Amino acid sequence: MSKLFSKANKEALTGPLNLNNPVVVQVLGICSALAVTSQLKPAIVMGLSVTIITAFSNLVISLIRNTIPNRIRIIVQLVVVAALVTIVAQVLKAFAYDVSVQLSVYVGLIITNCILMGRLEAFAMMNGPWESFLDGIGNGVGYAMVLVIVGFVRELLGSGCLFGFQVVPQCLYDWGYMNNGMMTMPAMSLIIVGCVLWVHRSINKENK
Amino acid sequence: MEHLINLFVRSIFVDNMIFAFFLGMCSYLAVSKNVKTALGLGVAVTFVLLITVPVDYLLQVHVLDPLDLSYLSFILFIAIIAGIVQIVEMFVERFSPSLYASLGIFLPLIAVNCAIMGASLFMQQRIQMDPTVNTQAIANVWDALVYALGSGIGWLLAIVGLAAIREKMAYTDVPKPLQGLGITFITVGLMAMAFMCFSGLKL
Repeated sequence: MSKLFSKANKEALTGPLNLNNPVVVQVLGICSALAVTSQLKPAIVMGLSVTIITAFSNLVISLIRNTIPNRIRIIVQLVVVAALVTIVAQVLKAFAYDVSVQLSVYVGLIITNCILMGRLEAFAMMNGPWESFLDGIGNGVGYAMVLVIVGFVRELLGSGCLFGFQVVPQCLYDWGYMNNGMMTMPAMSLIIVGCVLWVHRSINKENK
Repeated sequence: MEHLINLFVRSIFVDNMIFAFFLGMCSYLAVSKNVKTALGLGVAVTFVLLITVPVDYLLQVHVLDPLDLSYLSFILFIAIIAGIVQIVEMFVERFSPSLYASLGIFLPLIAVNCAIMGASLFMQQRIQMDPTVNTQAIANVWDALVYALGSGIGWLLAIVGLAAIREKMAYTDVPKPLQGLGITFITVGLMAMAFMCFSGLKL
């Protein structure tokens, strides 16, 4: 057991959560991070799907890494990822149809999410299955974390709700508080991610 | 004809790949440091879109739909995109070595650019729309071609615009933690807001 959670493995799991976060530090997988975060629920579902797909594609590629010819490795990786994404998309359609409609093309676009290709190329091609699996989970959760932060801010300020439930009390509206409709527009997600990046960098600068 | 013009203008300004759907954001942020390479990448993306979207359209309508295999579309689309990018790469290398050298690593990376895959997936959604009611519908292969061209030009416009702004921004005094990507995100956000005013556009 102690070997399964050695120091290097712990690093692979927790590094991507903060100092090596795939979204705010490595700036990968931005497209979907911006597009699905107008509400909290699709953001969480998207984060979960990406975590599962990253973990398992890392595992599969790391298991077959020694048999893949180097020249066609990108195509092999894409096919493995596409197969996993197809499974997740079908499961979402069957069990969470409304969310799957909200996410529309962005589920399919997980295939071209740079986090996946980046981790496969940089980690799974060189490390064993267990480390790769942990690395996949770490990166997926790091991605999901940013999505949840952005989704939280946008849903709270944009429509006064969380998970679709009203959280801003009615009396505030009576006093003249108004929802910021701008927050539900696509443009604001860019600005919020910019601010998250700003905060993250200024905190980490103090740590050093 | 009217439908084609409408589709073309809408896909450039209203349904802009970057500002409305955030597709192809990774290479958009990474390659927008100077106008010349940005222009080269924009042209390459437009070119690949122009080939892949009509091919995927034909595949969807003539192979996947009759055989009821549309759940295989992700795998087939990505295989076609990867294959076509490989062919384009070989052609460019053979016929224009100078362009090949200036694009470098970004040419093969177009295969994993979400704008390409995204355009194919949007095209797949729009096949089911009724062209008499909905101006976004894609009813035949010409519509698919025009949609691909419009999306490509929209992407090109966005990346060249951002590259021009970033070239100027190199001389400005930005707060330290915000330098680099932070301010770029906010700039893109402001550009997206500017593009929002096209959303009421009707032809």
